[in-house]
Amino acid sequence: MENVARKPGTVTPAGAPKRGPLSFWERIYVVEAARGVWITTVHFCRNMWRHTLHLVGLAKDKQAAVTVQYPEELRYVPPRSRTRHRIVRREDGSPRCVGCMMCETICPARCIYIVAEEDPDPNIEKRPKRFDIDLGMCVFCGFCVEACPEDAIRMDTQMVDLAAYSRNGMILTLDQLLAGEPAAPREATNALGERVHG
Amino acid sequence: MWIDVAIKVGLAMVMMLIVINIAGIHSWVERKQSAVIQDRWGANRAGFTFRAPLLRWLNPVMRPIIYLGLLQPLADLMKLVAKENWSPVGGMKWLHASAPFFYLLFAFVGFSAIPFGDTLHVAGRDISLQVAHLNVGFVFIFAMAGLGVYGIVLSGVSSNNNYAFLGAVRAASQMISYEVTLGATVIGIVMVYGSLDLQEIVRGQGALLWGWLPKWGVFVQPLGCILFFTAALAETKRIPFDLPEGESEIIGYFTEYSGTKFGMFMLADFVETVMVAALTTTLFFGGWQFPYLHASGFVFPWGAQVAVGHYGVVAIQVISFLIKVVLFCWLLMTIRWTLPRFRYDQLMDLGWKRMLPVSLANIAVTGLVILLIEAL
Ligand code: SF4
Ligand code: SF4
Repeated sequence: MENVARKPGTVTPAGAPKRGPLSFWERIYVVEAARGVWITTVHFCRNMWRHTLHLVGLAKDKQAAVTVQYPEELRYVPPRSRTRHRIVRREDGSPRCVGCMMCETICPARCIYIVAEEDPDPNIEKRPKRFDIDLGMCVFCGFCVEACPEDAIRMDTQMVDLAAYSRNGMILTLDQLLAGEPAAPREATNALGERVHG
Repeated sequence: MWIDVAIKVGLAMVMMLIVINIAGIHSWVERKQSAVIQDRWGANRAGFTFRAPLLRWLNPVMRPIIYLGLLQPLADLMKLVAKENWSPVGGMKWLHASAPFFYLLFAFVGFSAIPFGDTLHVAGRDISLQVAHLNVGFVFIFAMAGLGVYGIVLSGVSSNNNYAFLGAVRAASQMISYEVTLGATVIGIVMVYGSLDLQEIVRGQGALLWGWLPKWGVFVQPLGCILFFTAALAETKRIPFDLPEGESEIIGYFTEYSGTKFGMFMLADFVETVMVAALTTTLFFGGWQFPYLHASGFVFPWGAQVAVGHYGVVAIQVISFLIKVVLFCWLLMTIRWTLPRFRYDQLMDLGWKRMLPVSLANIAVTGLVILLIEAL
C-alpha cells in the first residue's frame, strides 16, 4: 500500500516527502476513498482471521491486537527501569539502611522523610526509625538509589501500578519498603504467548 | 377493517423491530469493528457473574458474551438512564426536552415507506410488505428527513449555548445542501423506473438487462448511485461529514444534552445510518429482489429453473433485503472509520459546486439515453 502521491526522487533532505500535484483520479476523491476503505477492510479481515485462529489455538505467534489485557496480563518492564522502591535487608533481616540521610538530601522532590535512631549493634551507628517515601510526590528519578552509600535503597520491584484512594495512602512506610522483593525478570511475552512490545 | 389495522400494526412492529435492533447493535459494532480495524480488542469487560448457586451454571454461558463485549450497550444504557435529567440554565426547557423526540420521530417515520418484501398472499389476503403504501414513497422519506432538521435546530436554539447554536446552523445548512443533491440523484432512478412508489421501483429492478444482468439501480445509474450514497452519508452527519457534531474538537448541537436525551440523539444517528442503508438498498441495489428470483422460483439466464413455494420466495426476499441493509450499514461503518473529516468550505464546495452539477448532468444524460432508447 504505497502512497501514490509520493513520487520517487522527491524526498527533501529533511525526510518529509514532497507531494506532487494531485492527479485527476485523486482529485475526484471517490477512488481514493475506495482505496482507503479497502485498506481498512483488509486490516479488519486480517485481524478478525487471526482472532478466530487464536480462539482455536492456532497462529499464536501472529499478533491480532496490540492491546495488553492489563490486570491479567502485564506489560514487559525492562529490568533496568526504575520502579517502586524497596529497602534491602541484611542477612539477619534488619534494614541495610544506616540512616545517613543521603537519599533524603538528594531527593529533588523532597519526598523522603527519615527519622534515625541508635542501632543496638555497636558496629553500626544508626538505623532508620521511620523511613517514609511519598510516592505521590516522587518523580522516579532514581537519585536516591545512586546516592545511597550502603546500596540500601533500590528501585527494582517492577511494581508500576501504584495507586491509592488518598494522598496519605501513597506514602510508603518502612515496613512496606522492607516487604518489597526484587522482581524476577519478566518474559517479553504476554499470557497468550504473543510477543509484546518492550 | 380491524384485521387491516392489525396487519398494518403488525407490519409496523416488524419494521420497528428490524430498525431498532440494527440501530441498537450499531453501538456494539461501532466499538468492536473500530477496535479490530485499529488492532485493538475493544470492549470485553462489561458484565457480571452470578453468585447464587442456582444461577451459577449460567456463568460459562456469560463468559463469551462478556468477552465479545455484548453487554457493553447495556452498561451504556444503564449509565445514560441513570444520569440526571438536566436542562441548561436560561434555555427553553420544553423545547430542549422535545428536540430529541422530534429528531428521533422523524428518523423513524421514514421507514414506513420502505418496502421489505413483495406481496404476501396469506389466507386469501394480499399483504404488501410495506408499512405504508404511498405512491410518493421516496418524496415522503425525503420530507421526513427534511423535517428532522427541526429537531437539530430546536436543540441548538433551545440550549442557550452559542456553540450548540452554531452546531445546529452547520447541521441545518449541511443537510439542506445535500438534500438538493440527494433529490436530484433520485430523479434519474424515477426516470428509469417511471414511478415515485418505492414498491414499484423495487419491482422494476427485478427485470433483466440483456437477459442476464439484474436491472438494479446501480447498473443503470452508476454515477447516481455514488452521488446518492455520498449525499446520504452527509445526511447522516457522521464522519467524514460530522461537522455538525465534531465531538472531539468543534462542539456540536447536542452539547447541552446528557443522559437519555443524549442517548436519543445517538440512537437517531444510528437510525439514520440504517435509513441510508435501507434507502440505498431500495433505490440502487434491488431492495428485496434476489437475482433471478421470480414469483415462482429461480429462473436462471442459462435456462435452469428451481421452483420455490410462495412463502419461500417471500422469506428469501425479506432475508435478501435484510442482508443488503446490514452490508450497507457495514460499509457505512467502515467509511466512518476510514476517512478524515472534511473542512466546512470543502463540504460546501463538494455539495454545491461538484455534486449538484454532476447530478444535474446525470439527469440530462439519463433523459437523453431514455429518449434514444425509445426512439430506436
Ligand atoms: S526516585 Fe528521586 S524523587 Fe523518588 S524518592 Fe528517589 S530521589 Fe526522591
Ligand atoms: S542513603 Fe541509603 S543508607 Fe542513607 S538513609 Fe538513604 S537508604 Fe539509608
